Amino acid sequence: MDTLRFITCGSVDDGKSTLIGRLLYETKLIFEDQLEALKLDSKKFGTQGERLDFALLVDGLQAEREQGITIDVAYRFFSTSKRRFIVADTPGHEQYTRNMATGASTAQAAVLLIDARKGILVQTKRHSRIVSMLGIRHVALAVNKMDLVGGSQLVFDEIELAYRRFAGELRFETITAIPMSALEGYNILETGCAEIAWYQGPSLLQWLETVPTGERETTRPFSMPVQLVNRPNLDFRGFSGRIASGTVKPGDLVRVCPSGVTSRVKDIPVWGGSQSEAHAGESVTVVLEDEVDISRGDVIAAASHPVEAADQFEADLFWMSEQALLPGRSYAALIHTKAASVTITHIKHRLDINTGAHLAAKTLSLNEIATVTISFDRLVPFAPYPHNTRLGAFIIIDKLTNETVGAGIIHFALRRAVNVHWQAIQVTKSARAEIKHQHARCLWFTGLSGSGKSTITNLLEKRLHAEGKHTYILDGDNIRHGLNRDLGFTEADRVENIRRVAEVAKLFVDAGLLVLVSFISPFRAERQLARNLFDADEFIEVFVDTPLEECERRDVKGLYAKARRGEIKNFTGIDSNYEPPEAPEIHLQTVNLTAEACVDQIMESLVINPID
Amino acid sequence: MSDTFFSELESEAIEIIREVAATATKPVMLYSIGKDSSVMLRLAQKAFYPGPIPFPLLHIDTGWKFREMIAFRGRMAREAGFKLLTYTNPRGPAEGIGPITHGSAYHTDVMKTEALKQVLDLHSFDVAFGGARRDEEKSRAKERIFSFRAPGHRWNPKAQRPELWSLYNARINTGETIRVFPLSNWTEADIWGYIRQENIPIVPLYFAAVRPVVKRDGQWIMVDDHRLPLEPGETPQMLKVRFRTLGCYPLTAAVESNAETLEEIVAETLGATTSERQGRVIDHDGAGSMERKKQEGYF
Repeated sequence: MDTLRFITCGSVDDGKSTLIGRLLYETKLIFEDQLEALKLDSKKFGTQGERLDFALLVDGLQAEREQGITIDVAYRFFSTSKRRFIVADTPGHEQYTRNMATGASTAQAAVLLIDARKGILVQTKRHSRIVSMLGIRHVALAVNKMDLVGGSQLVFDEIELAYRRFAGELRFETITAIPMSALEGYNILETGCAEIAWYQGPSLLQWLETVPTGERETTRPFSMPVQLVNRPNLDFRGFSGRIASGTVKPGDLVRVCPSGVTSRVKDIPVWGGSQSEAHAGESVTVVLEDEVDISRGDVIAAASHPVEAADQFEADLFWMSEQALLPGRSYAALIHTKAASVTITHIKHRLDINTGAHLAAKTLSLNEIATVTISFDRLVPFAPYPHNTRLGAFIIIDKLTNETVGAGIIHFALRRAVNVHWQAIQVTKSARAEIKHQHARCLWFTGLSGSGKSTITNLLEKRLHAEGKHTYILDGDNIRHGLNRDLGFTEADRVENIRRVAEVAKLFVDAGLLVLVSFISPFRAERQLARNLFDADEFIEVFVDTPLEECERRDVKGLYAKARRGEIKNFTGIDSNYEPPEAPEIHLQTVNLTAEACVDQIMESLVINPID
Repeated sequence: MSDTFFSELESEAIEIIREVAATATKPVMLYSIGKDSSVMLRLAQKAFYPGPIPFPLLHIDTGWKFREMIAFRGRMAREAGFKLLTYTNPRGPAEGIGPITHGSAYHTDVMKTEALKQVLDLHSFDVAFGGARRDEEKSRAKERIFSFRAPGHRWNPKAQRPELWSLYNARINTGETIRVFPLSNWTEADIWGYIRQENIPIVPLYFAAVRPVVKRDGQWIMVDDHRLPLEPGETPQMLKVRFRTLGCYPLTAAVESNAETLEEIVAETLGATTSERQGRVIDHDGAGSMERKKQEGYF
């Protein structure tokens, strides 16, 4: 008996939870004690008067029952003589779309509910686009509440036609429209109810029992991302993971990505013996004949069909955070078992949920979908999502909050590793620094506007110059006159501002210089991004710690006064946030220090991190 | 049920267990001695075969477990060769806390929830496996496989992380922890079917036998030792009963049954007309009580 994982989705109040409650009830999956509890709950919270409110069987959180809405996805289980089902009941509210996507990502089919009285809504389209993007190919269009439109065939036909017209641009293979009433039980288990006698198609359950469960990944070439290296003792070394595609057996020739090393499968040990072969979907441990260096995140694949690696991709991205996506910002990512840092380097276009039009976008907000260029900080083994779900799906994680903020699927690699070689350079960074009798460093000064960054860096440069050191200052205001004059002060532009400066500083450090960067740089994520460009000792974060009141009191450039009057928008400290460093290498508390004393403190610290 | 079906559930659970071993700093597996824990233990053994389980198993001992459970715990630790930790909230013996004297709610709160938080903090475990299943209870049906706990072990059901595909975001900040549920997608029938297929050892209390019981509020409570005070005129009667679920003994009711073999238990489970949690007194403390307990740190 096979298993079908499906979701119910659609807009608020289309009857998703009621439908599932009805399915569980009709397939005898409700126990007597649960039915007793349901009777009590229906009286207390129910929206159906004296009748049983089936939605209460699935809306399990107190907040959901009180508000009569679904907030998070619920997983329920039932079976018939033909199939076993795992159904994810997903929320209809736009606010909780990420929970709908959670349910959809593991589903093979979708039941999309529509209220016959309301027809197709924006949220119907949003859910359809997400379902399509995540690769679900079979959809039942459940036109619900037919009892409330008198079982009208005309109403049903109009909705079906409109939906088929809309879905033409999506990637569904089949759409099956079914008129039903979850409340009354029309066309749920059986067809042929008198109220909708004109309908000739399957009931919902008949559809669920026969819809294809998806192509068996077993027919594709073998691939397996390595989850962990199992090395309990010196005599055993196995590579554990879940097979993403294909079949593997002892004797098979395999190639490891990205190293390109080949070997043969020696054994597939399993509890109490060995497996003669293993298939897609199975969690296994593979032992190879040769001593090969393989780590978590590598992919073992059939040598005849090796998996490729790349570091830049075109991908579809669904954004799931209230914090907007900022191109250029460094995020954490997970693709199969490989963790990496990523940046979205370009938003190609955002999708208009309603019309499907391609819109220009500088950032992405909650629940938006876009086609983007994503850049990884290392080579990752991959496959296009439609070919291999496990090797083509990734999530994006905010490095500070650790929240999962985005979900994406890879279309194709933009730059293949094989085509890119770094220009081999003979004169090295350390050689350039040595000839100047110094170590190259980047001193990154961060602090509020008016905190004294420029004053301190100017004094410091003079001091260093006097000692015969080769220096350069990158100052926020000056850079904005030239290199960054196309950038404004929105959060997205600030991120790009810092990214460019960090890259320039890196080149100057590479040239052997002592670079003094003087930028407000208010966000930890960007300072971390800058830090990541450098070797461990090269980057020195200097926190010029002057309280906001003091900066505003000094107000050398009169900017605070303007910001307070609302003449400058997005001013750090006033209407834009400053995130102080948590562990700066140098912390200057300027309130009780002169600029000279600050420079003394830096020079002392630099002896600890010696320039000489 | 065919082998391929169990293979899918098994592979998913093993993937989850390995993911934790690969990413957590200091994981631990909660071991309740019950049937779900027995399945989870077998899956952990399989996940790291031929190596040993690379993390300890932890039993929160309320002091009110059936005697047969404690004996079984010792036997499994010896036979399966895992590292067993046990922990009892010191307030239990010190203040004489028990379900009979203090009521099920208070007993569970102190001896399970509070004890769990104490021992997780004591060892600085960052990830704890639990054997909970989504089919058990409505708020469990809503929970993620990787379920996050804020500092203080609180669960915020309204702000769960999205969890797509099998890409589990295991990143946490200091003080946060994760509860991980490898058996999320298993049902009670799956558990029994798998125990039968794999011939997994389980506590004998699950099999029907003649045992001393008394009837309380329409439920059969087993007289496991002298600590159960008998009402005036109440005498234990010998009845053939078994347990569908095991917890603290006065809080877990037995059902009348003749199922003496795994085949008979599976048949009985598939034909059951009441849920297994009906035998759990703790769930009847009030609507939404499980969600509230979970928010406070209960598994």
